[in-house]
Amino acid sequence: MIGELDSQVPDGPLEERWTRHRFDMKLVAPHNRRRFEVIIVGSGLAGASAAATLGEQGYNVKVFTYHDSPRRAHSIAAQGGINAAKNYKGDGDSVFRLFYDTIKGGDFRSRESNVYRLAEESVNIIDQAVAQGVPFAREYGGLLDNRSFGGAQVSRTFYARGQTGQQLLLGAYQQMMHQVALGTVKLHTRSEMLDLVVKDGVTCGVVVRDMVTGAVTSHSAHAVLLCTGGYGNVFYLSTNAKYSNATAIWRAHRRGALFGNPCFTQIHPTCIPASDEFQSKLTLMSESLRNDGRIWVPLDRDDTRSPDMIPDSARDYFLERKYPSFGNLVPRDVASRNAKSVVDEGRGVGPLRNGVYLDFGEAIGRVGEDTIRERYGNLFDMYERITDENPYQVPMRIYPAVHYTMGGLWVDYHLMSNVPGLFVLGEANFSDHGANRLGASALMQGLADGYFVIPYTLANYLAGLLGERTVPTDDPAFDHAETSVGDTVARLLSINGTRSVDHFHRELGKIMWENCGMARNRAGLEKAMTEIPALREEFWKDVRVLGGGALNQSLEKATRVADFFELGELMVRDALHREESAGGHFREESQTDEGEALRDDDRFAYVAAWEWNGKGTEPTMHPEPLEFENVKLTQRSYK
Amino acid sequence: MSLNGNGQHPTIDVTLHVWRQAPGHEGKMVTYVEEARGISPDMSFLEMLDIVNERLIAKGEEPIAFEHDCREGICGSCGMMINGQAHGPQKGTATCQLHMRKFSDGDEIFVEPWRARAFPVLRDLIVDRQAFDRIMEAGGYITAPTGAAPDGNLIPIPKEAADAAMDAAACIGCGACVAACPNSAAQLFTAAKLQHLNLLPQGQAERYRRTQAMVDTMEQYFGSCTMHGECQEACPKEISVDFIAYMNRDYVKAQFKNRKLAGQTAP
Repeated sequence: MIGELDSQVPDGPLEERWTRHRFDMKLVAPHNRRRFEVIIVGSGLAGASAAATLGEQGYNVKVFTYHDSPRRAHSIAAQGGINAAKNYKGDGDSVFRLFYDTIKGGDFRSRESNVYRLAEESVNIIDQAVAQGVPFAREYGGLLDNRSFGGAQVSRTFYARGQTGQQLLLGAYQQMMHQVALGTVKLHTRSEMLDLVVKDGVTCGVVVRDMVTGAVTSHSAHAVLLCTGGYGNVFYLSTNAKYSNATAIWRAHRRGALFGNPCFTQIHPTCIPASDEFQSKLTLMSESLRNDGRIWVPLDRDDTRSPDMIPDSARDYFLERKYPSFGNLVPRDVASRNAKSVVDEGRGVGPLRNGVYLDFGEAIGRVGEDTIRERYGNLFDMYERITDENPYQVPMRIYPAVHYTMGGLWVDYHLMSNVPGLFVLGEANFSDHGANRLGASALMQGLADGYFVIPYTLANYLAGLLGERTVPTDDPAFDHAETSVGDTVARLLSINGTRSVDHFHRELGKIMWENCGMARNRAGLEKAMTEIPALREEFWKDVRVLGGGALNQSLEKATRVADFFELGELMVRDALHREESAGGHFREESQTDEGEALRDDDRFAYVAAWEWNGKGTEPTMHPEPLEFENVKLTQRSYK
Repeated sequence: MSLNGNGQHPTIDVTLHVWRQAPGHEGKMVTYVEEARGISPDMSFLEMLDIVNERLIAKGEEPIAFEHDCREGICGSCGMMINGQAHGPQKGTATCQLHMRKFSDGDEIFVEPWRARAFPVLRDLIVDRQAFDRIMEAGGYITAPTGAAPDGNLIPIPKEAADAAMDAAACIGCGACVAACPNSAAQLFTAAKLQHLNLLPQGQAERYRRTQAMVDTMEQYFGSCTMHGECQEACPKEISVDFIAYMNRDYVKAQFKNRKLAGQTAP
């Protein structure tokens, strides 16, 4: 049984906690590091940076990725930038301000100590990335350029054109590949973790499936680091990559790791609407577009004229109307919800009436087409490539899409889950973004965790294990896990039903989006609580996975979708229990008179950490109370 | 041509010829006619393959295996020869961002995997591109252990240098350059990765060691460059062959520099 959750947050003044704690933690001497085996699953920003750093320090590291190359992890798709409290612009930024913005942006549902540490380490990330050769944008004088982003009042975002994630990932990947060449890091590509192995309550390794041959093998280690990203693909349509999945964290959850705040998901307002029911994913357009674009729909739902024929008097600039001071620049969650409500009213635009206009006509008239091209040319090109419409001439159509998951496995201040030896980094953990993540903060967190937090906290854990051997892979604990993986694979291959995996995934996505998406209410969530198990049952009876064990993409999808069913149900359960609105979690029953998200700090100022109790048994919720000593809890307002 | 379900969008019918190859077996082209009917021009090429696969599964046939992930042109996973062109007919566009409106009703489309000895076929359209990682391992990095970095603004980098490095660093590692090359050479990939680092002040310390190591490793796996320039045409990120010239210059210099450095460090 799990007792009270201990977040391991150190005492003392906020500004000194991490510095002091680094001194207090135990070390592993350089000559002893080679005696430790560390497994890292995932090779995105968090995984690659951790692997590179731990390899340099002398640990024996094994990295597993389901991609053909570690460089393909979805961190690569991040566009906008990475925040750091460098204050290079002298415009009033500081570690405390970045901390404050992050904790407020998260709607006061994250730990002060974690967020402060993140803000502190942000500056080191930039230095490290520059040293690796990340080609950040520069001023003519050769110094680093910054821009403002995501509603921040300071310019603290570093960027490499629209490909910041790509460049930061390549930096970490290259540093890791150096260690591969030196032999400290062993790389296993096209290898998917399908189970975590726990013996006597302690993490001892993983079970992995070779996706080319189908062979299932065991790997033991003193510690396992899950750096496997978020679970937005539970919605089927999202901005995530197609392979992004929750299997590694979900299998760890089923082996005892608590899942924190599963219902906290982020919907990004500026994505290209789906064009038909076979749409496979949604494409994000940088939210910087809202700086110049005006968002509107026709006043009258029966007005089907082309947008240029609709006069201003027949348009509803709904954000400007409802939020006169912030207008089109309200935060992501507010913009998204308002777009949803006008589309729900039947006033959506486009062939499927599933979008709102983002109109640059006025801006082009004001500053000229050339200036707009300079600011957003690459985004306009991308839009045209996908939709075949020229946004210089006709308004863009946009609609919100699932983008990021703030929830994830519960970790303490050391990034260790409640299962000793299991660490969780990056988007896969729940820790730093509360109920809503600010723009340009995901890259920051992944790299802070991998480069600057885990090397210290992992040593603190391993120091206590000096002289202990890893559990041999012929131990019954490994046999048991291997058998269970083999059984699942065999079962999926033998059902031979009538429907494809994608069919079930799409159906699950519809239930999730309808009832646990941008706005949630009790009736919808309760409906989802019955629909998901019914669909899951159908999946296990009727899914059709053709082919055998060797390189079988349908099989890979099937194992992931099977886990999405269980996770989806937990998300709904969490959303149902949290009878407040916070950040990305909007409960219709909990809003202000003006229709804004209303928190209930008396009842819900805690992290909900869910414990798996077995199939068909209700999970147990363990609350970790959140304490705020350095910030004042306020109600957000954007009028 | 026909109308789709809601009667709004005209759809197109195409004939697909796809390379099918099971592991350890010989491959062959297989033709799909029924499965590729009623395709919306707004679909991406990969979404068209998704539909074909759904229809194959419904018939009890194994779906076509193809690599894909981000579907927004940045991860570099996807890539196939479409009518003999790497990533198909649209310039500067990866397969995932190619849309069916680039094709017409009645078109025959031939889809094959990258063809290169260094990229063995694993199944259908999926090839093994690990040789690229071997080149990176050999020297595609700047040695900068975590924790040792000076302040990011300590080394001013002229904007032009940063921009040129970024032009090279935009490479997504898809392998189209190799597939498009009549010699299956990997010069454009290697040059892009190399010059990204060689153009920056931080990359100077290891410049010649890096150049020699990466080029020598490349040559173990790939063919030789005879400057056809097909790679630049096929590159979804439109990386310039100029970088190959820079690489060749650095490689020649490296022959002398590395010898000299070795001489200096000898007893």
